[in-house]
Amino acid sequence: MFDNFPLWPVRASTTAGSVDALYIFLVLLSAFMSVAIFIMITVFALRYRRRAGQQAQQIEGSNILELTWSAVPLAVFMVIFVWGAIIFFQERTPPRGAAEIYVVAKQWMWKLQHEEGHKEINELHVPVGRDVKMIMTSQDVIHSFYVPAFRIKQDVLPGRYTTAWFRATRPGTYHLFCAEYCGTQHSGMIGQVVVMEPAQYQAWLTGGAAFGSMAGSGESMFLQLGCSTCHRPDTQGRGPNLVGLFGSKVQLEDGRTVVAEENYIRESILNPSAKVVSGFKPIMPVFQGLVSEEQLTALVAYVKSLTPQASGAAGTPGLISPGKPPQEPKE
Amino acid sequence: MATAVSIAPEREHYLNKEYGIRSWLLTTDHKRIALLYLVSITFFFFIGGFFALLIRLELLTPAGDLVQADTYNKLFTMHGVIMVFFFLIPAVPAVLGNFLVPLMIGARDLAFPKINLLSWYCYIAGGILVLHAMLTGGLDTGWTFYTPFSTAFSNTAVVEAGLGIFINGFSSILTGLNFIVTIHRMRAPGLTWSRLPLFLWSHYATSVIMLLGTPVIAITLVLVVLERAFHLGIFDPTRGGDPLLFQHLFWFYSHPAVYIMILPSMGVVSEIVTCFSRKRIFGYYFVAMASIGIAVIGFFVWAHHMFVAGMSLYAALIFSILSYLVAVPSAIKVFNWTATLYKGSVSFSTPMLYVFGFIGLFTMGGLTGLFLAALGIDVHVTDTYFVVAHFHYIMVGGTVMGYLGGMHYWWPKISGRLYPEAWGRLAALIVFLGFNLTFFPQFILGYLGMPRRYWQYPPEFQVLNVLSTAGSTILAVGYLLPMVYFLWSMRYGELADDNPWDAAGLEWKTSSPPPTFNFDETPVVTWEAYNYDELPTPQEVHVEQ
Repeated sequence: MFDNFPLWPVRASTTAGSVDALYIFLVLLSAFMSVAIFIMITVFALRYRRRAGQQAQQIEGSNILELTWSAVPLAVFMVIFVWGAIIFFQERTPPRGAAEIYVVAKQWMWKLQHEEGHKEINELHVPVGRDVKMIMTSQDVIHSFYVPAFRIKQDVLPGRYTTAWFRATRPGTYHLFCAEYCGTQHSGMIGQVVVMEPAQYQAWLTGGAAFGSMAGSGESMFLQLGCSTCHRPDTQGRGPNLVGLFGSKVQLEDGRTVVAEENYIRESILNPSAKVVSGFKPIMPVFQGLVSEEQLTALVAYVKSLTPQASGAAGTPGLISPGKPPQEPKE
Repeated sequence: MATAVSIAPEREHYLNKEYGIRSWLLTTDHKRIALLYLVSITFFFFIGGFFALLIRLELLTPAGDLVQADTYNKLFTMHGVIMVFFFLIPAVPAVLGNFLVPLMIGARDLAFPKINLLSWYCYIAGGILVLHAMLTGGLDTGWTFYTPFSTAFSNTAVVEAGLGIFINGFSSILTGLNFIVTIHRMRAPGLTWSRLPLFLWSHYATSVIMLLGTPVIAITLVLVVLERAFHLGIFDPTRGGDPLLFQHLFWFYSHPAVYIMILPSMGVVSEIVTCFSRKRIFGYYFVAMASIGIAVIGFFVWAHHMFVAGMSLYAALIFSILSYLVAVPSAIKVFNWTATLYKGSVSFSTPMLYVFGFIGLFTMGGLTGLFLAALGIDVHVTDTYFVVAHFHYIMVGGTVMGYLGGMHYWWPKISGRLYPEAWGRLAALIVFLGFNLTFFPQFILGYLGMPRRYWQYPPEFQVLNVLSTAGSTILAVGYLLPMVYFLWSMRYGELADDNPWDAAGLEWKTSSPPPTFNFDETPVVTWEAYNYDELPTPQEVHVEQ
């Protein structure tokens, strides 16, 4: 391989190998088919080229041949379909316990925040061997989070969260591209993913400026916006108790049931009357336009941190305790 | 009529019946309308091609240095809009289809000659709006108009361009309508459906897509215009809309539109491959039904453009498997054309060289479609140069090769003159080589991860980009050549016989060029399509004595 003339992208994630395997299979299959058709056409065209006194022999067709060259390709296609679908399932199913990165895209910049609170712009530091899940949204138009070395890509939409995940396997610095055309500086909306050895990563984490954890800053927002007056950690509140909400099934007033994932929490903050929880009145004010995407991700991170185990711990009376200490001890 | 300007009294035909601008602009003769389309789409093709060359020149170096970022974005947008809506979609149906559908079924004209002329005016009105938008602010949304960028963020002439494409859509709808009625109602006695040339089967299938699909893109663009002008919340999430809804509506037309582009060219291939191997087509019914199959299944694969767009996993599975199903009829066609050569009497005339090129490039395009339909691989290569290469192999490698092949094959009928054969072969070869050099490196670029629509790119992608740019200049020469020698042949080419290829098909049973009403008396068909066993095999092309 030459620096300015690579022919194969670096493989730096667990997914990359399985994508490459199917790709190589398809390259070989295509090469075989192209060569086969090329040879047939060449041989027929030369062998039966027009010569004086020689007539074509008429052949109407052959049902057996037609069936063969319909059924065999179809069977091969089904193998490719299943193979591709299996890889896709892996790509689209983040493992439990993955570290979470919140990504807010805008024209023409990537803003990334770690659970621990570290904020980065156009750069993402991750350790080798750890599952990392990104929860992404856009402030303006559609973007797409693309890391060729990981073989992952996911469009990032305004107004909702989409997710992607990877597990890096090889330290190094890799391209991060925006892959969905987003305006003037689309090709400038690039960055890098820095994959580090775990020890180095720890050093990087502690070396940076002290940030509050995302759940911590979410809690501050929660208090500041007055959410805590209604969303109490008991059954007395005018709004639903949020402890243990994330990942649970919620019965709605109109009879539907939804799973409380990130998009549900997001929607319930911005436009609470869209899905009212059974037994509650649609009295919550609309927060659309009042909170930024970053504040919203912090609130979502906070609500996600409200697990029953965490709320048992001593917290401010009447408030829901976050799952993690709200602030790093200040020096 | 026989005002003897030349030495011999000239036979009257559709070209010399009347002269003057009115006789062209108000004509209802399908053959003259075909030529109006030919001139207009050629004009748009060279504008779109010029933009493509500028794009390739910009990409010669990693830095954005030839044009500004905004200019680059407008270039690729206008390249796409012009090539898709004003060249590829009308190319074969509006030129060759218009000219040949009545001739091939033994009719005097299309069922609705005035509607046919109206379709050309829709095309021109849409074209003028788009050209005007281009000159006054341009358009930078990509030909895909993705929301909310197009409705809430772009500062360019989205409304005007959108309306231009909207109006142009009616040209497709009217052409499709005309073909369907004509093929149903105006076939010559004895020309049953099972004797129909495959060119007509493929145009019939195309017409169905035009008629059913085009209204959807028209409505979608109107919604874009409404959201942009009146701030309705249809696609913009900040106003309660859904940007993915736009993508579903857009691709519901724009994927079948690919079949509008490729099916007519497939019809051309079936005509040429039989004529130049002096054979019946292998598996007539399978090739005919494959066209219908592509048209029908083609309506149910649109969301394969959206696997990473934020669609549900299960929807992605369904669209993946349907995309594999639509590949089967395409494969059937390729195998049947190949089998048609077997035990034939194969000539290497220019139209046949384009057919060989078509089969080669379309096969590459189809096979790389298998990569993109595989969900796990699509995630990596979608929105990269892999996709760019893939659809150019289909839409340029397929459609344009078929179009050029057809133009050569029917040029003697259209113009009454022969083009210079040696130049024809040379141009076909140049197009094939230039095309591959331009687009093959883009497959590698795409797998390496170079995203599409990038004005500047990391330096490691440069070598492949240089190869691609080099190829594009060769390709440009290949496309200019036929235009030059076709124009030349109109005056200096040898006069063509009525049937210079000894081809089957009713269009060859009338004179070259045909009289205004095509046939002096209505032909009666007593033979199957491609009855080459009953025709002599020419050793060389006939020239009128």
